[in-house]
Amino acid sequence: MQGMEISSRNLEAMSEPLRPKQENPRDFLDTDGLLAEDEVMLRDTVRRYVGDKILPYVGEWFDSGEFPHKEVSKAVGDLGLLGMHLDGYGCAGSSAMMYGLACMELEAGDSGLRSFVSVQGSLAMFPIWAYGSEEHKQEWLPAMAAGDAIGCFGLTEPDSGSDPSSMRTNAKQDPGGDWVLNGAKMWITNGSIADVAVVWARTDDGIRGFVVPTDTPGFSAPKIERKVSLRASVTSELIMEDVRLPSEAVLPGVASMRGPLSCLNEARFGIAFGATGAARACYEAALDYANSREQFGGPISRFQLTQQRLVDMMIQVQRGTLVAYHLGRLKDAGTLGPAQVSFGKKDNVAMSLRVAREARGLLGANGITTEYPVIRHMNNLESVYTYEGTNEIHTLMMGQALTGHAAFS
Amino acid sequence: MKVVVCVKQIPDPADPGALDPETRTLKRDVKLILDESDSYGVEMALQLVDAAGEGEVILVSMAPNGERSGLATALAMGAASAILISDPELVGSDALTTAKLLATAVKDQGADLIIAGSESSDGYTGVVPEQIAGVLDLPSVTAAKSIEVDGSSIKVQRQTDGGYDDVTCPLPAVVSVTAGVVEPRYPSFKGIMAAKNKPVEEKSAADLGFDASQVGWAGAGQEIIEVTDAPKRQAGEVIEDDGEAFTKIVAYLENMKVI
Ligand SMILES: Cc1cc2nc3c(=O)[nH]c(=O)nc-3n(C[C@H](O)[C@H](O)[C@H](O)COP(=O)(O)OP(=O)(O)OC[C@H]3O[C@@H](n4cnc5c(N)ncnc54)[C@H](O)[C@@H]3O)c2cc1C
Ligand SMILES: Cc1cc2nc3c(=O)[nH]c(=O)nc-3n(C[C@H](O)[C@H](O)[C@H](O)COP(=O)(O)OP(=O)(O)OC[C@H]3O[C@@H](n4cnc5c(N)ncnc54)[C@H](O)[C@@H]3O)c2cc1C
Repeated sequence: MQGMEISSRNLEAMSEPLRPKQENPRDFLDTDGLLAEDEVMLRDTVRRYVGDKILPYVGEWFDSGEFPHKEVSKAVGDLGLLGMHLDGYGCAGSSAMMYGLACMELEAGDSGLRSFVSVQGSLAMFPIWAYGSEEHKQEWLPAMAAGDAIGCFGLTEPDSGSDPSSMRTNAKQDPGGDWVLNGAKMWITNGSIADVAVVWARTDDGIRGFVVPTDTPGFSAPKIERKVSLRASVTSELIMEDVRLPSEAVLPGVASMRGPLSCLNEARFGIAFGATGAARACYEAALDYANSREQFGGPISRFQLTQQRLVDMMIQVQRGTLVAYHLGRLKDAGTLGPAQVSFGKKDNVAMSLRVAREARGLLGANGITTEYPVIRHMNNLESVYTYEGTNEIHTLMMGQALTGHAAFS
Repeated sequence: MKVVVCVKQIPDPADPGALDPETRTLKRDVKLILDESDSYGVEMALQLVDAAGEGEVILVSMAPNGERSGLATALAMGAASAILISDPELVGSDALTTAKLLATAVKDQGADLIIAGSESSDGYTGVVPEQIAGVLDLPSVTAAKSIEVDGSSIKVQRQTDGGYDDVTCPLPAVVSVTAGVVEPRYPSFKGIMAAKNKPVEEKSAADLGFDASQVGWAGAGQEIIEVTDAPKRQAGEVIEDDGEAFTKIVAYLENMKVI
C-alpha cells in the first residue's frame, strides 16, 4: 500500500540529514512529543467529546445560565473522568498527568465543565477517598465515579474566604452521639444539584469534614443568580439549620485545616492544566479569526501588529503547557510540593486571562458576543482567578516558600 | 457470538496526505487513524455481542508500516483483539488484493458475522466488503442500518433511497454498515488502559500464503491511469427578485424534475 512505499522511501531518506518539520501553529514547540501514546489517546478522546457534545451548545448554556448536569455527569462518568486519579471504588486510577490532560481539554470547552469535574473528583470524592470510613467510600465513590451521584465541597463562607480557618459553621455532638450542624457556606460549586455535600465545620477537636446527604432535614442550597462568570456552572449557598447527622457522618481520617487544604491542592493542580486549555481555545479562535477577517483589502493576520499579538499569545500558551506538563510529571513522581502547585495555578491562570483579553480585542465587535468562545472564557477565567486560592494567596504561598516568612496576616 | 470487523486505518481527513504524482495513489506518510466509517461497524459489533451476552469482537486491518493507532482506538472502544496485515510487499495492492488478504486472515477465526464499512473515507471504492464475501463464498448484505441476530440468521434493515428493505440472511455472512447509523461510543479511560494489553497479531503476505507476485503492484489488476482535479464549481444562476422571482424558481425546479 502507498504508505509502505513511503516507508521504503523513508529508508532511503535516512542517509540525508534530518530536515526540521514545519512548525504547527497549534503546537509550536511540539509539546505533544512529551506525551505517551495512551496520554495522547485520552487527551484526543476528551477533545473529541468536548467538540461533539459541549462546544456546539455551551454558548447557549452560558447565555441562559444553565448547565445540563444530568447528561454531562453521566457522559463524563462513562468516559471515566470523575475521580479518575483515585484508585478503587469504581475510580479509574489514572496518572496525575492524565487527570491534568483531561482538565485541559474540558476547560478548552468551558471552565464550568472543568469546574464540575474538578469539584466532583478533587473536592468531593478526594476527601471521602482519603479520609472517609469504609462505609463512606462504599456508599458514595462508585456512584460518584459513574456520574450517578453529584458532590459538592463546602469550605468558603460569606465572611470567610481566603482565611478559611475563620469559619463559623460548627458541629456539636449531642450526648447520643449525633452531630448537629449549623452555619452557612457560600459560592459552592454544584451546591444546588448535589446529592452529597462534604462540609467543613468547626468542632471541639478542630476543623472536621462531614458527609452530608443533601436531603437531610435542615439542609438547603439556594442557587446564586446574577453571575456574569461561570454561567454554565451551578454556584450555590449552603444553609444548615440544625442539620442532624449520625455520629458516623464525620470523616474519621483528619481533624484540622490539612483536610480541606489537601483537597484544594488536588484541584489546583488540575486548574494549572485547565486554564491553559482555555487560553489555547482563545488563541486558536484569534488565529482563525485573524486569517479569515479582512480589512484594508486583506486578512488582518497580515499586519505586523496582529502577528505580534498572535505570537505573544502562542508563546504564553506554549509556556503554560510546558509548566503544566512539568507539574504533571512531578506529581506522578510524588515530589510535587504545594508551592509548586501555586506556581502553576497562579501563573497559568493569570496567563490565560491575559491571552483571553488579547484575543477578545483581536476579534473586534464579534469578540463581545457568545457566538465566539472568547468572551465566555474571559469572563469564566475571572472566577478561576479567584477560586481555589486567589492570585494573591498563591503569591503569598510562593513568597513564604522563598523567604520563610508567612505574610498572610 | 464472534464478530469480525474490518477496520481501515487512514490519514486524518483533517490533515490528509497528498497524492503521489508517480503512482497516483494517496501518500500515507502521516499518522493514520481509525476511519470514522468503520467506527460505526465497531459500535454495532460491540452492541451485538452485548445483546448476545457472550462472545467477542475481533478486528482485522491491512495497513502500512505496522500502523496500530487506529486499531488502538477500536480496541479501547471494547474489541478484544486484532489481526494486523502489514508488509512492505503489499505496497501497491488494489482493492481485490486487499479483500483477498483480509478474507484469508478472517477465514480461520470462526466468525459468525463479518462487518465492514460501506465505503472507506479515503479510497471509497465501496467494493471491498462484497469482494471479501465473494472470496469466502458467504452471503453479503450491503448498506445495513441495523442488524438483529435471530438464532442462526440475521435480520438486516438495508438502507435504500426511498426507505429501507427488511432482509433476512443466514450466518455466517458479510454485512457492510452505512456510516452514521449508530453513535460510536467514546473510548473510556479504562478502555484506553486495557487496550494496551490486548493482543494484536501481525501477519505478512507470506504468513497468509501469498507470494510477492500475487500482491502489491505485481498483483494489482487495476491501474490508476490518470488523476485530474474535480471541475471548478460553476457560478450559479442569479435570479433578481422583481416580485416574480418565485415563478422562475418554480420553473427551474420543475425543469430539474425535483418538483
Ligand atoms: C493500482 C492500485 C494501487 C494501490 N496502491 C495502494 C497502496 O499502495 N496503498 C494503499 O493504501 N492503497 C492503495 N490503493 C488503494 C487500495 O487498494 C484501496 O484503498 C483499498 O484496497 C481499499 O479500498 P477502499 O478504501 O476503496 O475500500 P472500500 O471498499 O471503500 O472500503 C469498504 C470497507 O472495507 C473495509 N476495508 C477496506 N480496506 C481495508 C483495509 N485496508 N483494512 C481493513 N479493512 C478494510 C473497511 O471496513 C471499509 O470501510 C491502490 C489502488 C490501486 C488501484
Ligand atoms: C464561581 C465560584 C465558585 C466557587 N466554588 C467554591 C466551592 O465549590 N467551594 C468553596 O468552598 N468555595 C468556592 N468558591 C469560593 C472561593 O474559593 C473564594 O471566593 C476564594 O477563596 C476567595 O475568597 P473571597 O471571595 O471571600 O475573597 P476574600 O478572601 O475576601 O479576598 C478579597 C481580595 O482580597 C485579597 N486578599 C485576601 N487576603 C489577602 C492577604 N492576606 N494578602 C493580600 N491580599 C489578600 C484577595 O486576593 C482578593 O483579591 C467559589 C468561588 C467562585 C467565584
